[in-house]
Amino acid sequence: MVAPHFKQVLVEKVLVEQVLAEQFGDLLRTSDASRDGVLILSLPADEIHEAARILKKSGGRLSAEWATDDTPFGRELALWTAFAVPNVPDSGPDAGPDTKIDRFILIRSDVPLSNPAFPTLTGHFAAAYRFERIILSFFGIDSIGHPDRRPWIRHEDWPDGFFPLRKDAPIDAPFVRSNGSYEWIRGEGEGVYEIPVGPVHAGIIEPGHFRFQAVGETILNLEERLGYVHKGIEKRFESLPWTEGARLAGRISGDSTVAHALAWCRAVEDMAGLLVPPRGVWLRALFLERERIANHLGDIGAIANDAAFAFLLAQLSRLREDVLRLNKRLFGHRLLMDMIVPGGAAADLDAKGIEAIRTEMDRLSAEFERLVVIYDENPSLQDRVATTGVVTKKTAADLGLVGFAARASGISSDRRVRFPFPPYDELKVSEAIRHSGDVNDRVWVRIEEVRESIRLIREILARLPGGSALPSDGLSIRPQPGRTGLGIVEGWRGEIVTWVQAGPSGKVSRVMVRDPSQVNWLGLERAVLGNIVPDFPLCNKSFNQSYSGHDM
Amino acid sequence: MLRILYQTLRTGTVTEKMLPEADKEIEIVGNALKEEVHKRFHHSLTIREIDAGSCNGCELEIHAMNNPYYDCERFGVHFTASPRFADVLFVTGPVSRNMEIALKRTVDAAPDPKIVVAVGDCAACGGAFGTSYASLGAVENVVPVDVKVPGCPPSPAALIRALLEAVGRS
Repeated sequence: MVAPHFKQVLVEKVLVEQVLAEQFGDLLRTSDASRDGVLILSLPADEIHEAARILKKSGGRLSAEWATDDTPFGRELALWTAFAVPNVPDSGPDAGPDTKIDRFILIRSDVPLSNPAFPTLTGHFAAAYRFERIILSFFGIDSIGHPDRRPWIRHEDWPDGFFPLRKDAPIDAPFVRSNGSYEWIRGEGEGVYEIPVGPVHAGIIEPGHFRFQAVGETILNLEERLGYVHKGIEKRFESLPWTEGARLAGRISGDSTVAHALAWCRAVEDMAGLLVPPRGVWLRALFLERERIANHLGDIGAIANDAAFAFLLAQLSRLREDVLRLNKRLFGHRLLMDMIVPGGAAADLDAKGIEAIRTEMDRLSAEFERLVVIYDENPSLQDRVATTGVVTKKTAADLGLVGFAARASGISSDRRVRFPFPPYDELKVSEAIRHSGDVNDRVWVRIEEVRESIRLIREILARLPGGSALPSDGLSIRPQPGRTGLGIVEGWRGEIVTWVQAGPSGKVSRVMVRDPSQVNWLGLERAVLGNIVPDFPLCNKSFNQSYSGHDM
Repeated sequence: MLRILYQTLRTGTVTEKMLPEADKEIEIVGNALKEEVHKRFHHSLTIREIDAGSCNGCELEIHAMNNPYYDCERFGVHFTASPRFADVLFVTGPVSRNMEIALKRTVDAAPDPKIVVAVGDCAACGGAFGTSYASLGAVENVVPVDVKVPGCPPSPAALIRALLEAVGRS
């Protein structure tokens, strides 16, 4: 009885690019810019739908989907899709360790200016819903068959026919509001009522609009509408020299300033073939883990506070403040902004600094563990967080969730493990995975990640290489025309994908940033269904998504 | 419960008597303005925070004003959910095109006299985002501003100092 199963596994182990090659023959071309772990293909836009089906079948996830305007190269528009595909197709719970590693497959498709359209991927990947609405809003490229053609991030009063990311649209284009309208999803039936919230919320929070349909206290549906903090970041990147982009990337989402600056720098280094000195690589990881700890501490406290347990907020925000103050003392910035620059790290650490962080970690670890016990043993708090805001494993997989939200629903998603960028290839991160997918498990994943980050920081300090944190011979970013680069980083919220493209003269032509919130906002809409309205803040805080990172 | 009491006793009071980074002059101003809040705002100065397009960095530091180290409530300062109760508006971010109307309405909803504080480099001058089709730049391009607080983001101590300055001017 063993043999057929074994055979089946072997058959499935055929690499997905071979399946694609057989399916598409000459239509499929492999770019010579492909490199270890990143395969770049090109395929006609009409076939991308079929390629997505094959990639989904082999366990792939649509990580990002975006467009470019390639008219400066003498071409027309293009659609890009990025899939994260397991190295070996996942063959069940007893699969080997290499199923834990992902590769990225990027597919480029030409889209003509005269007929800017391609068949939608929404039939295979839920994440495509919003990616394609963004492509329609910012490039005027239609996704045929998409069930929802309303604009996204672009609000209804934007001028008609204005597509900001097209090359013929100037960054300071005159803006005359039009009289558009937005069709909301409506609930009908006896006792169904609507609660509109935002964009200005009750607390010190970013702006966004939520519309609930409810019966009694139960949420029937939640519709998000975002875009309020759209600042035109992707367009602005195109007007900046390569050396200044890291500063802007560090302000895509202030709470993830390290992660975004790192993703941007890694993309640029990938594109231009720059090497980062070992000390720079390890210091970057130190900053990334410190950012993770600071955010997890603050958020666990805030979740408890939303369940009226202010004690934990006071305690954990005190620990967070300690981390920020040491950041300020050692590196000069509380949130570590502008510490990561192309080529390395802009701040360094001496022996006294290393000792200060070690002492801090010992103290933090002891204090944190005491608070974890209090979190875990408090029945009134557990009553609120357990079984609230559940996202099942299937829903999380269907939506393509990333980061701690995916891991709380039993999905391995940590890029430090699954696509380990240096120095994580040497650090061996232990991935925290829980299975209930409720508020409590999203907290628990983060508790375990604080512990792991403390361990990682100790290891980083012990192994910190000598030398300089920046290249000794200075830095020049001179990419070949048309060259692209990809940066993947696991920030505290999850996977960040940053993609850069050099123009014909080697300057910035296009920057695409996919913040984890751009997919995880879909998760919140599912998580609240059937919950009571008063639990919404708790569900929302347990995801704590970035509006700025989403709206860009 | 015993664990909670024990932890509370072990932590003690961490609230700092003096503002960190503050020099003596600001201490004097601080105490004078605390008096001012008590006298002119009836012991209670109320802030409504409006994110008009920020990257959320400023929000993190405004939050920190409430943590046990700074505990701005001891100065009689607290944050409100409704602009109707607000004496002071903290506006962050460059004003995004999509927040322009909401910002104006929220500022209008606050009763006069009100103090508008532009918090952070973006709110003060447009910062990293500047002006574009999507961003209107500094807050003063959209609503009148009384006080600007530089910094990316300004630290909680800088925010408390700026607040004291704002109240002093009113």
